[in-house]
Amino acid sequence: MNNPAPSTRPPAIQIDDLTVAYNYKPVLWDIDLTIPEGVLMAIVGPNGAGKSTLIKSILGIIKPIAGSVQVFGKPYKKQVDKVAYVPQKGSVDWDFPTVALDVVMMGTYGGLGWIKRPGQKEKKRALEALEKVGMLSFRDRQISQLSGGQQQRIFLARALVQDAAIYLMDEPFQGVDATTERAIVNILKELRQSGKTLVVVHHDLQTVPEYFDWVTFLNVKSIASGPIRDIFNDDNLTKTYGINYKVATKG
Amino acid sequence: MSGTQIEIQLIAALVAVACAIPGTFLVLRKMAMISDAISHSILPGIVLGFFLTQDLNSPLLILLAALTGVITVILVEAIQRTGLVKEDTAIGLVFPALFSIGVILIARNANDVHLDIDAVLLGELAFAPFDRLLVGGSDWGPKSLWVIGTILTVTLTLLLLFFKELKLSTFDAGLAATLGFSPLILHYGLMTVSSVTVVGAFDAVGAVLVVALIIAPAATAYLLTDDLRKMLLLSCGFGVFAAIAGYWLANLLDASIAGSMSTVLGLLFFVVYLFAPGQGVLSSLFRERRQRLEVSLLVFLLHLQNHQEKRERHVNHLREHINWQEVRSRRVLDLARKNNLITIVDDVVDLTPKGQQFTDEALSYITTNKETAIEELKERFFLFRG
Repeated sequence: MNNPAPSTRPPAIQIDDLTVAYNYKPVLWDIDLTIPEGVLMAIVGPNGAGKSTLIKSILGIIKPIAGSVQVFGKPYKKQVDKVAYVPQKGSVDWDFPTVALDVVMMGTYGGLGWIKRPGQKEKKRALEALEKVGMLSFRDRQISQLSGGQQQRIFLARALVQDAAIYLMDEPFQGVDATTERAIVNILKELRQSGKTLVVVHHDLQTVPEYFDWVTFLNVKSIASGPIRDIFNDDNLTKTYGINYKVATKG
Repeated sequence: MSGTQIEIQLIAALVAVACAIPGTFLVLRKMAMISDAISHSILPGIVLGFFLTQDLNSPLLILLAALTGVITVILVEAIQRTGLVKEDTAIGLVFPALFSIGVILIARNANDVHLDIDAVLLGELAFAPFDRLLVGGSDWGPKSLWVIGTILTVTLTLLLLFFKELKLSTFDAGLAATLGFSPLILHYGLMTVSSVTVVGAFDAVGAVLVVALIIAPAATAYLLTDDLRKMLLLSCGFGVFAAIAGYWLANLLDASIAGSMSTVLGLLFFVVYLFAPGQGVLSSLFRERRQRLEVSLLVFLLHLQNHQEKRERHVNHLREHINWQEVRSRRVLDLARKNNLITIVDDVVDLTPKGQQFTDEALSYITTNKETAIEELKERFFLFRG
């Protein structure tokens, strides 16, 4: 897994001519995007740019009206076990009657398939993931009793348990404090070190060069995609956000 | 207790459990009112099924009526998906239409059908034991007992097989979809089970009260537990309790059994709502009061730490200065002294070493906002209460 992908290997994610529309309004328009294996990639763009929609289309949660998505050269449906998804924290009801450990265990369900119940082996993996995100002591805590940052860590632990090759994350830094953000970044970098591919919807442009090595600019259309040092510049930021940007590349 | 009485209670209890299981998931999915829609809109299905089979307990009738229930859900979702109306409006549009078709069908054919509107709305549990299952001349018990028993067995089997999948898709449908557990299949599976259950329970408790049996036990259990398994068990327990207590209440008052069962469920919810430990109204009030006292104590200790001059630490001055009423000041002073956090010499208050240490920790929590510090502080406060 540590070796860079040889050129014959298909890219982690290959998106061709993807168009998604709600009623008449296109949310994603003719997206062509290749995400190579082993990158830690940020998706940036203004509100309503279709960042979450792009991730959901890759996962097949949203059906596109045109185009195709391939995961390691095959449709997602055949690669379910290779992809882990960290949804936005607000997408679930945290008053659901369950505890932290149980939510993390849900990450093992995909490997189990229908009907089969998780056992000791799955529990052990869930506990390891909880420890990795620094939440072991909260394992029996009701999930509504966790802070926003802790809930985000639980979601991350749930994705870690899936032990996938590709991690898709929808704003994992939303509403977390600096300590948690640092902890999450470290885990992301660790995952990248071990050869995983990470795609992260991200909002804070200042931290992009520090956290990521790859970036995709998105605003309904795909503006640019590539290594940070080549394309993270004022020009692309201005094209994406539509106003003159001078944050850019100090790093 | 006569055999008939036992049979009625048994039927009521099985109906209650069969309703409580899908009810728990409906409540958690914030879809409780879809059960109201289903319970009404199955009526045309039941009437048509009755024309075909002439038997309210026929499996064909139950499947036909349950199908109407599923169609209701599909119609509600189709209307909702247009984006022109919200879900509650869609529900309100679909079920009265279907229900009224059923009412007209009954009224047009009232002479030769053993169905009347009262029974449709409230059910007739008291008559259930009279319609018996006869196999080769021998009596196998009331038909409704077999019907609801079969439905409950199927529901329990499905629950045991797909508990994990139902839990996942209820909590996080997105993840369920990405892991290959189609939320759509689970959704319609749950809707089908709910519809079949409602049809099975319809004869016993009617279209209006079956909703109480589906929602109230789950809503009550939700106030008492943080664990889905326990919530399911508690829902079933509350359902059975309401069935049996309701039966005897009906006996006592000479009233409708279904009505009494629902009344018991309503009272049960109210009592739990008031007295539930943790989420109940009273314990919330109590907790708020205690938290206020704890925060007052913290404010008081910090004040002591901030002010070394004697006049700022005089008992009377404190009262004037921190602007508390006498009762509150005394309670805070008592609490602090009881826990050896302060000493009072000649009406001048001093922090003890323990008080000093605690205040320092509290300060570090306030300034750093560290999660671990919060936990420690909570632990310390817990010592205070003892």
